[in-house]
Amino acid sequence: MQVLGIETSCDETGVAIYGDHIGLAAHAVYSQTEIHAEYGGVVPELASRDHIRKTLPLIHQVLAEAQLEHHAIDGVAYTAGPGLIGALLVGAALGRSLAWAWQVPAIGVHHMEGHLLAPLLESPAPEFPFVALLVSGGHTQLIEVQAVGRYRLLGESVDDAAGEAFDKTAKILGLPYPGGPALAQLAEQGDPQRYRFPRPMTDRPGLDFSFSGLKTFALNTLHQRQAAGEDSPQGRADIARAFEDAVVDTLIIKCRRALQHSGLQRLVLAGGVSANRRLRERMSQAIAAMGGQVFYPRPALCTDNGAMIAYAGWYRLKAGQREPLAFRPRPRWSLEELAPLAEA
Amino acid sequence: MKILALETSGIFCSAALWRDGELFTQHEEAARQHGERLLPMLDRVLAQGELELTQLDAIAFGRGPGSFTGVRIAAAVAQGIAFGAGVPLVGISTLAALAQAGWRCHGHSRILAAIDARISEVYWGLYQVEGPGQVRTLQAEQVSAPEAIHSGAAPQGFDPPQAADFGVGNAWELYRDILSEHSGLDDARIDAQQVCTAAEIAELAVTALAAGEAVAPEHGLPVYVRDQVAHKRLTSHP
Repeated sequence: MQVLGIETSCDETGVAIYGDHIGLAAHAVYSQTEIHAEYGGVVPELASRDHIRKTLPLIHQVLAEAQLEHHAIDGVAYTAGPGLIGALLVGAALGRSLAWAWQVPAIGVHHMEGHLLAPLLESPAPEFPFVALLVSGGHTQLIEVQAVGRYRLLGESVDDAAGEAFDKTAKILGLPYPGGPALAQLAEQGDPQRYRFPRPMTDRPGLDFSFSGLKTFALNTLHQRQAAGEDSPQGRADIARAFEDAVVDTLIIKCRRALQHSGLQRLVLAGGVSANRRLRERMSQAIAAMGGQVFYPRPALCTDNGAMIAYAGWYRLKAGQREPLAFRPRPRWSLEELAPLAEA
Repeated sequence: MKILALETSGIFCSAALWRDGELFTQHEEAARQHGERLLPMLDRVLAQGELELTQLDAIAFGRGPGSFTGVRIAAAVAQGIAFGAGVPLVGISTLAALAQAGWRCHGHSRILAAIDARISEVYWGLYQVEGPGQVRTLQAEQVSAPEAIHSGAAPQGFDPPQAADFGVGNAWELYRDILSEHSGLDDARIDAQQVCTAAEIAELAVTALAAGEAVAPEHGLPVYVRDQVAHKRLTSHP
């Protein structure tokens, strides 16, 4: 079975083809970052307007790259949520109607299921069960994954997602939107000994996160330097480093705890923030030290993409799941509501 | 000529099949339910007309103005079907289609079509309807305050109104007093309940297709008319 996957939940248009034997035959992503940069954040209406311009051209592109005729496609998967409703509707409407015209089945995919299955596209792929840390601009969640569709939420952020905290702190430090990756770069020049930021919610039991306080801590630290007439590029790099170390440490502490609590050895990192180099290195060391293994996808599959949607859709379509002709994206949608795959 | 048409720019969900002059239609009120209703309705009109998608000459859609989300659903579904079936696409102005509906129901030929654009503005256009599928634009579609509508000849308004004049669209209910005053049209020459339907879109698409206005599926895009939808942030550094 060959599946076309379409992702339009936020500010990236992604299209890909995944199938038996051919694997990930093609994938293309168009990022709207430049459009939203002028506004300092994602403008939902502009995101939707761009998705409708880009989705079909990307479908042409991946079919050409995979050297496949459309007759070779046996199913269409589209992101059905969670995400921006107007953006989701573009991919859902186009994907569902395309499947109808091609007379092939369609499936609405949960965006976060796409993220947490993305590491399975890599080699070696993690075996089930595992713990997944989904960490992006919109989510910070720890999930116990027994199998495709069998998810248990272990903990999540009670306020800002980790990626959101990165972007907001970057803005405080004067970095252009979206500042997360720029902040990580700035942190490379920072002195790790200069400041120590708190590791929020690590001194109490549980697997929830809170990152909004770190952003405030960064702001206060910057203000103190400014008040002392000590604002400097190096000072800002030091703050970036202290912030990044605090986020990374917090994520590591909670992931170790999640593995201990669940008795599992495998940890999967997914979502945009999992592309962060320091997080990857330090998480791998920390989990290896406790006898566990860490898996993560290549950076291009950490951020939003169509490959993960094609892949998750392929799993579900192979298991016989089908969507009716109606499409109704869900801007809010818990992973725990998903149905497990039918037993083969 | 065989055309499948769809229209979701307002609270109605509308599907129509034009089969060499015969129309098969589905039209339902479906606020916020376009995604659930549209494809089953299209499936039904095709079944009624006993046609397959690949037998069509084109897919036509109401390309706006109207609800941003609504016209995007129409464009996305139309693109998906057109690409999937290997047929071209025709985008039709929802205001022109609304004007044609007004002409059909009321017999008047100069139609001021005006619909709610929110934030105290209306989408409007002035049309001369000369027959089925024959709609000439007198004042191009635009978005403005209701006070700013005009017939072109008289920039301040419509004076004197002509016998052929008629007003359609929900803006005539929301801004009845202002629009009546500006156009000189009284209650007898207003139908605020008139809506754009896929059947009107299909009929206009026949003309558009004959005039060579079909495009490749990926070029079938919404026409929002309102293009200023966000304000750029003034950059400030701490």
